[in-house]
Amino acid sequence: MSKITIPIGPQHPALKEPASFKITLNGEEIYSMDMRLGYNHRGIEKACEERSFIQGLYLIERICGICSHSHSTAYIQALEELAGLQVPKRGLYIRTLIAELERIHSHLLWLGVAAHEVGFDTLLMYTWRDRELVMDHLAEIGGNRVNYAVNTMGGVRRDLTPDEIAHILKDVDTLEERTKYYAQVATEETTLVARLSKIGYLSQTDAEFLGAVGPTARACGVDRDVRRDDPYAAYGDVQFKVCVDHHGDVYGRVLVRVGELMESYSIIRQLMKNMPDGPIAVKSPRRIAAGEVYSRYEAPRGEDCHYVKSNGTDKPERVKIRAPTLANWRAVRKMIEGNYLADAPIIIAAIDPCFSCTDRAIELVRPAGAETLTWGALRQHGIDWHRKQGLDFAELNKKLNTQLGRVK
Amino acid sequence: MALFNIIVFPGILFLVIAGLWFEFVDRRMYARMQHRQGPPWFQPLADFIKLLAKETIIPEDANRFLFTAMPVMALTATISAFFYIPLWSPRALFSFPGDAVVVMYLLTIPTLTFFLAGWYSTSLYSMIGAVRSLTQLFAYEIPLFMAVLAPAMLANTWSLAGIAAYYTAHPLMALLNVPAFCVAMVTLLGKLEKVPFDIPEAETEIVAGAFTEYSGRHLALFRLAVDIEVVVAGSLIVAMFLPFGLALPWYLGIIVYLLKITLVVALIAILRTIMARLRIEQMVNFCWKILAPVALAQLLLNLVVKGFLKP
Amino acid sequence: MKYPGRMLGEVLAHLGAKPNTIKYPYEPAVVQAGLRGKIKFFAEKCIGCKICEKDCPSDAITVNKLGDKRFECIFDLDKCIYCAQCVDSCPKKALTVTNEFELAQLDRHKLRFIFHAPDAPPAPAAQPEPPAAKTA
Repeated sequence: MSKITIPIGPQHPALKEPASFKITLNGEEIYSMDMRLGYNHRGIEKACEERSFIQGLYLIERICGICSHSHSTAYIQALEELAGLQVPKRGLYIRTLIAELERIHSHLLWLGVAAHEVGFDTLLMYTWRDRELVMDHLAEIGGNRVNYAVNTMGGVRRDLTPDEIAHILKDVDTLEERTKYYAQVATEETTLVARLSKIGYLSQTDAEFLGAVGPTARACGVDRDVRRDDPYAAYGDVQFKVCVDHHGDVYGRVLVRVGELMESYSIIRQLMKNMPDGPIAVKSPRRIAAGEVYSRYEAPRGEDCHYVKSNGTDKPERVKIRAPTLANWRAVRKMIEGNYLADAPIIIAAIDPCFSCTDRAIELVRPAGAETLTWGALRQHGIDWHRKQGLDFAELNKKLNTQLGRVK
Repeated sequence: MALFNIIVFPGILFLVIAGLWFEFVDRRMYARMQHRQGPPWFQPLADFIKLLAKETIIPEDANRFLFTAMPVMALTATISAFFYIPLWSPRALFSFPGDAVVVMYLLTIPTLTFFLAGWYSTSLYSMIGAVRSLTQLFAYEIPLFMAVLAPAMLANTWSLAGIAAYYTAHPLMALLNVPAFCVAMVTLLGKLEKVPFDIPEAETEIVAGAFTEYSGRHLALFRLAVDIEVVVAGSLIVAMFLPFGLALPWYLGIIVYLLKITLVVALIAILRTIMARLRIEQMVNFCWKILAPVALAQLLLNLVVKGFLKP
Repeated sequence: MKYPGRMLGEVLAHLGAKPNTIKYPYEPAVVQAGLRGKIKFFAEKCIGCKICEKDCPSDAITVNKLGDKRFECIFDLDKCIYCAQCVDSCPKKALTVTNEFELAQLDRHKLRFIFHAPDAPPAPAAQPEPPAAKTA
């Protein structure tokens, strides 16, 4: 059978966000993959430069719908470092609590999505049902299911009541039991294991070489976790184990994420037990001293990096965001080769991709003959190009206006 | 009277209503088992009417004739198969020696129409779906044939009416066919393209497989054909493996028949709830390495039993 | 032990159970008390410092001075991202957050919400407000 190229995306039921994967097939087997990203570029970095630090915080939070707290914490840590703010202990604990709740809901979501990609919708419905427990707590503590907006410069915005603490502890127990059950299902349901194991293999060497991060890397035996290696917030005060697995396939990624869920429950219990009293935030300045900071954060999907440069005004001079998915894309290309077409969606989903978070304008190594256009030149180029194709928008506009009776 | 039987009861109208109703039963059970609400009872009908009202798009490169003819073909093949199956009495509407084989072949036609429809849609997803449909057909068809014909062999007739008559006379013999029933149920999932064998229309991989380019009333007809196929294939399984209560008066017989179909539909719903979709090569392996030997063993068992009973 | 149909017991147990989902528009949704919904403005507390305007990430709030110590607040629900930063920023607590969230409208103009200024000059506040503890 000759090679055929099948497009997955930009619009495709397997993808929750637009991205284009051109998969070249040799029969049912994948020969190679080419990907095109950037369909959802939103210009967030540039927009941040035109907003004050506190306004930018809410924009940064909207980079990702799942790890909103991750981005906002990475950003706020950078700002606090620049401003030299000492966040009170209780504030840090609440921040860590939200981070772990977010990890729980993100991993439960992923487990459901992974099951859906292999046609096991029942597991999807059950994990997402249980995920609602966490979402309700996040809505109660932060005020929103998705953009919790808990962080503010110098601490957190909302305090926890003893009632809420008791309630969260109770639900954590329920969730732990449910997670144990899902772990059993994921490792014992024959059809599911048959679809997950031995596909999307990535060796430890490749994972390190291609710069994979988060559970994707840890499932290949790369023992790396920012929470332990470079503790931020309250992670220095809690005991937890970094889940590492040596399967290297999608099955290993399931095991790592389930293991991290169990660790998250334990972290939440420790945080609740040792929650110190006191203020939750300190007063912060509007202007931040000039300087630059690089902040790291272990998001559910892997290491999230924010770079913030301040010039002493109330607006940042430059914000650069490296979402964890960006680091994993190269690994996907390696993982997908030699697998069946049927496995392509689950292999792509196995890194828990967040397309929109990743889409940044990056200037690659400039190919020969390339030129940089200004906005005006680009616009003129577009007009000229369409005119050459026989489409004159000025004419069309005039026609439309005449038809609508809006002639000047 | 024959015309009434064909068009109204137990013919086309009954089949359409039953098809839509059992689609609802299937979807509702699927939802409830997933702890969801599920659709209201009129949802399949509402979907059907809505699809009829939608714009029908035929791809430019597609073969217009085959593209429009295939849904009708699928519908006719499934409906005509229904008339040879005894439902609540040992008699079928039409019957002749060897109709069991004809019904099996008529039930293969929808799969072939899926293939042709997908192939002539000339879209990549459709083509891959079509090829997968056919690959899957080669995997499940042999075990399904062997499983369904095992009871026929025991009854020593190729006529469905004859089989029904035989098992009404010897109800305990039906118990012998339990392994074949299990094989038939599993292969039926392949025939109806349901999880774990919904590989030809795997949503997350190839959109809707052979149906990707279909829209409007052609899609409505295809979906109706699939719904009716559930009822017809279910009736076939019921006639072959659950031949009980056929001697009852007709009003009780109909109730028993509907209960039996509900049981088959419920089994399909449960099986598709608790499993993940397999890959095509896993599916082929499973059918040939597990289902086919079991079906063969059943045939052997039935031959031996027949040998003992003969003298 | 590995076997197919591992979830059989679980799904059958839920077959007869009450669904976990609700028929939302027909049944009331469960709303958390802490949900950040529509903003409420207390005109008599406002001093017109416009910090809320300055801090709003989406320019959704405008405070206009109508007269001596009389302020009205124009609030664009279609621009608002419900972050409630204005509530935190307000030094006089003239803004609070409610958990009202069913705010969709067919007519865009209805999304503009005007909190009118009190007609009469405001009565002196009964108690002096404590200064905001959180970030301004």
